[in-house]
Amino acid sequence: MARTEMLPENQMWRYRLSHFTKRFFLYAVLIAGALIMIAPFVWMLSSSLKAPHEISLKYIKWLPETPQWQNYKIAWEAAPFSTYFRNSFFIAAVCMLIEVVFSSLAAYAFAKMNFFGKNVLFVLFLGTMMIPGEVMLIPNYITMVNFGWIDTYYALIIPWTVSVFSIFLLRQFFMSIPHELFEAALLDGCGKFKYLITVMLPLSKPALATVMLFKFIGSWNAFLWVLIMTNTPSMRTIPVGLTYFVSDVGAQYNYLMAASTFAMAPILILFLLLQKQFIQGIARTGLKG
Amino acid sequence: MLRIPAEMKRKKYWKETLEAYLYLLPAFAILGMFSFYPVIKSIIISFYDWHLLRKEQYFVGLENYQRLLNDKNFLMAISNTFRYVVGFVPISICLALIIAVLLNNKIKGRGVLRLAYFLPWVTSSVAISMVWRWIYNQHYGLLNMALASIAGFVNKVVELVTLGGVAQVWEFSNINWLMEPRWTIINIVIISVWKSIGYYVVIFLAGLQNVPSELYEAAEVDGASRWQSFWKITLPLISPTTFFISIIAIIGAFKLFTEIYVLYTGNPGPLSSGLTIVYYVYRNAFERYRMGYASAAAYILFAIIFVFTLIQMYASRRRVHYDF
Repeated sequence: MARTEMLPENQMWRYRLSHFTKRFFLYAVLIAGALIMIAPFVWMLSSSLKAPHEISLKYIKWLPETPQWQNYKIAWEAAPFSTYFRNSFFIAAVCMLIEVVFSSLAAYAFAKMNFFGKNVLFVLFLGTMMIPGEVMLIPNYITMVNFGWIDTYYALIIPWTVSVFSIFLLRQFFMSIPHELFEAALLDGCGKFKYLITVMLPLSKPALATVMLFKFIGSWNAFLWVLIMTNTPSMRTIPVGLTYFVSDVGAQYNYLMAASTFAMAPILILFLLLQKQFIQGIARTGLKG
Repeated sequence: MLRIPAEMKRKKYWKETLEAYLYLLPAFAILGMFSFYPVIKSIIISFYDWHLLRKEQYFVGLENYQRLLNDKNFLMAISNTFRYVVGFVPISICLALIIAVLLNNKIKGRGVLRLAYFLPWVTSSVAISMVWRWIYNQHYGLLNMALASIAGFVNKVVELVTLGGVAQVWEFSNINWLMEPRWTIINIVIISVWKSIGYYVVIFLAGLQNVPSELYEAAEVDGASRWQSFWKITLPLISPTTFFISIIAIIGAFKLFTEIYVLYTGNPGPLSSGLTIVYYVYRNAFERYRMGYASAAAYILFAIIFVFTLIQMYASRRRVHYDF
């Protein structure tokens, strides 16, 4: 900046002009890109409110003449969506709660304790992240058949209550909490478990929030496993229910778009509310690699 | 006298070991049951002619693998998957890097823009593939209608510029995106680039913020252009981030399934042009109950992903700058 102030008048103009064009292109590219990213959502909303004759127009019409709010009601009642929603909420919430407990316990052991076979166990845990889940799909399915768990909540919840990713993330966070605090507390006669509950967890709220948010969203959006594990509509979750809904309504896209909208609404709302935690959480996971 | 503390230390160590195992027990039990055991079990199943609805299973050794490598459909699944990976990974990483570098400037409304790019990532693949199915519709889809208006605009401009000399440079007729096999992989690449780019942008932004700004200032003083400092400073210093992103992108891309399944409503696309390795595993295991055969296919997928991870690790040892 200091250098530009010393420029003579005619060069100053050129500098300002090039600065202005650069800024202009910067904004133009970013805004155009953002509009492309948003367009499918807007199109979904717009289509979900259109009347049948507006769906089959051969030109782009963003705003429906009169918003057909009843499309949502018709779509909701055309399939057992309230059951799907209840299942999705229940499974996501229970998975999230159990996972955060199990992961905190394991992460605490890895972060603060010295024990036999620690490194071997840690590598073994991390190793599972390199294995594609599809490899385990078939044996896990056979296990579920043997347990008689097909079409039960057990199959949809229990295998997903531990995530090595969460353990790793929490361990990193726990390790950043000064070790002297831990030793001082132990000398004062505070038990290890009490220390975890009263000191460690309250200090790790951001990491816990990230872990829980990821789990909730992952569970809500899970597809292949639920598709394989469920046969009856009463056990389906939203994504699986939605794929069956397609074969029911066929090409009536206004209803399909209404269903897509309410299928993604809870997660979008959750994301908009907790945006900051979310983006910080991802940035945190990316930094370490 | 000297022995007692050592003894006590050992006792304390084993006591702590026992305690730690208690903390690890729930996670270990679940992982053991649903991760460690299935990885071993899967390779055993892959050596069997294993049919789900049959009581007895027959050991066949490597026959499943041999048959797979001669199976035209499986080879097609591998080639489709590779074409998708080759399309998706570089495009998404390059676009994400460009957007992240642009967003890393001092601009107004940065939060809103970042939000817009990130939004697709949180939505369910099923719901969003449904929306894209509608966008790709041949007659009433947004994409064809948008392309038609762009073509009309281009034609008009050319007509004006040439004073009516050239009337139609771009004759656009609606593309049948979902019915023509040649578009299948491209369709999926478009959807997944759109869906995952925001995630990579956020990670890139975190990496970019770790580059010390003094370096750019020093480069500017030395008369380096923005372009030069991007190639000489930004790119080398964010290479750990690029490395991390390319690994997760490649691994994720090899597991393509949901988008295909939803976009083509339970089919692998016209003429199986969207048959991927995971789709192949799904079809053999859960539509035909050939568990042994499908397990072998899944293990080949695992091997491919593993090779890529190793290549990346090796390459990163030479090129990635982990410290500065």
